[in-house]
Amino acid sequence: MSATEQTIQPAANIHPIDRLLRADRLPHILCAGCGIGTVIHGYANSIAASGIDENNHVCVSGIGCSGRAAGYVNVDSYHTTHGRALPFALGIAVHKPELNVTVISGDGDLTAIGGNHFIHAARRNVNLNVICINNFNYGMTGGQVGPTTPIGAKGTTAPFGAVERPFNLPYLAKATGAIFVARWTILHVREFHEALVRSMQKPGFCFIEILAPCPTSFGKSNKIGDGLHEVEIYRERCQVQNGAPHLNDFDIDLLDESKPIVVGNFVDVERDAFME
Amino acid sequence: MAASPAKNTSAPEAGTRVLTGDHFMLGDHACAEGAIAAGLDFFGGYPITPSTEIAERVARRLPALGGKFVQMEDELGSIAAIIGASAAGARSFTATSGPGFSLMMENIGLAAMMELPCVIADVQRASPSTGLPTMVGQSDILQARWGSHGDYGIIAYCPASPQECFDLTVRAFNDADRYRVPVFILMDEIVGHMTERVRIPEPEDLHLIGRKGPRHAPDAEPFLSFAPDEDMIPPIAHAGEGYRVHMTGLTHDERGYPAMTAEVHNSLVNRLVDKIRLNADDIAMYEEVDTEDADTIVVAFGCTARSARHAVAQARDEGLKCGLLRPITVWPFPETRIREIIEVGNVKRFIVPEVNLGQLRREIERLTHLPVKRLNHAGGAMPSPDEILELIRT
Amino acid sequence: MTKSVPHVVREPIDLPQAQVPLGRVHVIVERCKQCNFCIKYCPTEVLEYSEDINAKGYHYPIVADGKEFACVNCRFCDLICPELAIYTTDISDADDTAEASDGG
Repeated sequence: MSATEQTIQPAANIHPIDRLLRADRLPHILCAGCGIGTVIHGYANSIAASGIDENNHVCVSGIGCSGRAAGYVNVDSYHTTHGRALPFALGIAVHKPELNVTVISGDGDLTAIGGNHFIHAARRNVNLNVICINNFNYGMTGGQVGPTTPIGAKGTTAPFGAVERPFNLPYLAKATGAIFVARWTILHVREFHEALVRSMQKPGFCFIEILAPCPTSFGKSNKIGDGLHEVEIYRERCQVQNGAPHLNDFDIDLLDESKPIVVGNFVDVERDAFME
Repeated sequence: MAASPAKNTSAPEAGTRVLTGDHFMLGDHACAEGAIAAGLDFFGGYPITPSTEIAERVARRLPALGGKFVQMEDELGSIAAIIGASAAGARSFTATSGPGFSLMMENIGLAAMMELPCVIADVQRASPSTGLPTMVGQSDILQARWGSHGDYGIIAYCPASPQECFDLTVRAFNDADRYRVPVFILMDEIVGHMTERVRIPEPEDLHLIGRKGPRHAPDAEPFLSFAPDEDMIPPIAHAGEGYRVHMTGLTHDERGYPAMTAEVHNSLVNRLVDKIRLNADDIAMYEEVDTEDADTIVVAFGCTARSARHAVAQARDEGLKCGLLRPITVWPFPETRIREIIEVGNVKRFIVPEVNLGQLRREIERLTHLPVKRLNHAGGAMPSPDEILELIRT
Repeated sequence: MTKSVPHVVREPIDLPQAQVPLGRVHVIVERCKQCNFCIKYCPTEVLEYSEDINAKGYHYPIVADGKEFACVNCRFCDLICPELAIYTTDISDADDTAEASDGG
């Protein structure tokens, strides 16, 4: 068998999970090396593995690169306004509790402009799966710093380095009431998949932060050459601490090579979901 | 009117959607009852004077009827939640006042763009900014029409009594569903906080309509969420119905997919405006009193129309040829009727009293070169009958 | 933070009976944007870049010479691919060549 025979070329231009994607819209608009596509892909796989009727899955996103996720998944999907994905999703989830609603959005969307909605959706324990794709900056607008940009990292609006302390999102989610909290990176595809399937099967506010490279915007300002370079940083520095009791030290410092990036499924507790 | 005993509205019957009968009822409560009677499924709101009584009434009444009441974290959340619920098929509703209405503008544009029906009551208070929270205003008129960025069509009702708070709210839900637009109930503090008789009809007399749904099964072919019928309104499929819809605030094609071209944008936005503009004569409502031979027409809406009605009656008693035209929808503005009145030729001037500095007057001035007299109050008080009468006399 | 682990490799006693699956790689060439994730993270280093480019100008992954039977169908390339441009199938049981060469 030759290499050409082994690699089936254009003959089969359909991926096995294409039925859960709006495949006619692929390739998507996201940059080479961007991690958002991996999350979209993982979401589709998780739908298939969830055991929940595919017609009962709904995807809601906000604005920004991550906000484009809703446009690529072949379930009822809503690409809403900046920061408002969570309350929009709440409306769906509360009106039709049989639906399994997943919010996929970015760090800026969910925790800056949408920060108030985030803490209240967690407090209420609305039955939502919330995936926050954290790429440490505002990518679509060209690399401005945001609420997750590590101190010292540069952005077009912080040319001398970010000076504000960033959010530690799992800590925030746990403190505000999320019943499932995880942090993974796009390299941890299987762990992310398992966490997401767990979220889908668990009624209440489940939160997964997933670190994803943004080579075009964040990378260029921070000497991270391409997507692979950032994923290599994850590979070298990630430390898994499933069930870690204290999350307060789990800040991410992407630039200080001596500091680990702690990932894991941190919280998995029971609390009555909103309106149950 | 046959005297039927007014029911004690402080103890509404649990489990009864339509409280058929005569009530002595607060305007805000009548608005809430209109929404409930119209089949309200989901309310998301945030407390704000002078609209809070609407939320309170809904909070007490809706759960027993199987609907959902959520007090949101702010008005940004309220409007997003009701649009989301609408996407899942709910008849959804929120109530607010000026400061909250300002916060809602962003997602009112989203509702217009996604063509998701919803109803928003704005009980106007003296503004701008925090203004006079407990006192009357009518100064959100232009904001209701133009508040969110861009061009789009909406419908706005201005009730002048608690009875109309009920009736027009029912109508608003029908219009929202029929035209797939956000519909506003532009109340004002005086009407919202006024208690009068409200007659609630039998359920079958409410004439509720539903939304126009898909005409094929989910798997038959891809559903086009934004392919309009001849009436310019596309059928709607909701989350969970199997049609795998996509909706976005971006400019989109008939499938709902982003389509970032000037041509698609031009065609979409024109349709969003035209579906209301070209149906304006069907939607527009107004009331006329003694306009037939009138040389002076007072145009007034909401609470101010109550003063104006009194003033016009008194002026008639004095032999003055004077009439009242009361727009019940301020948007679409009943301009066809006003043009007709102008064409007849009897009218020599208009008088526009309002609790703002001339927002409705602009509409009249746009339609005529005849003199348009103004009687404005910036808010906190409304023009009195005597003040209006004085203008009619001079 | 990392503890040093002594290099003791323990061999499973049933190793001779262990079946390693044989996988086949499928690439949807036009979706690839050359991020390199699949090539870098393939545990058996099956993949390398093509000489050719796709319509967007990217080199896409192909099976490297000599690696035709190295894919173990672990699916990592598939799962991490942001473009849904690559996947693998299990062909362990394909005993006839015709079937083995057109799966996908």
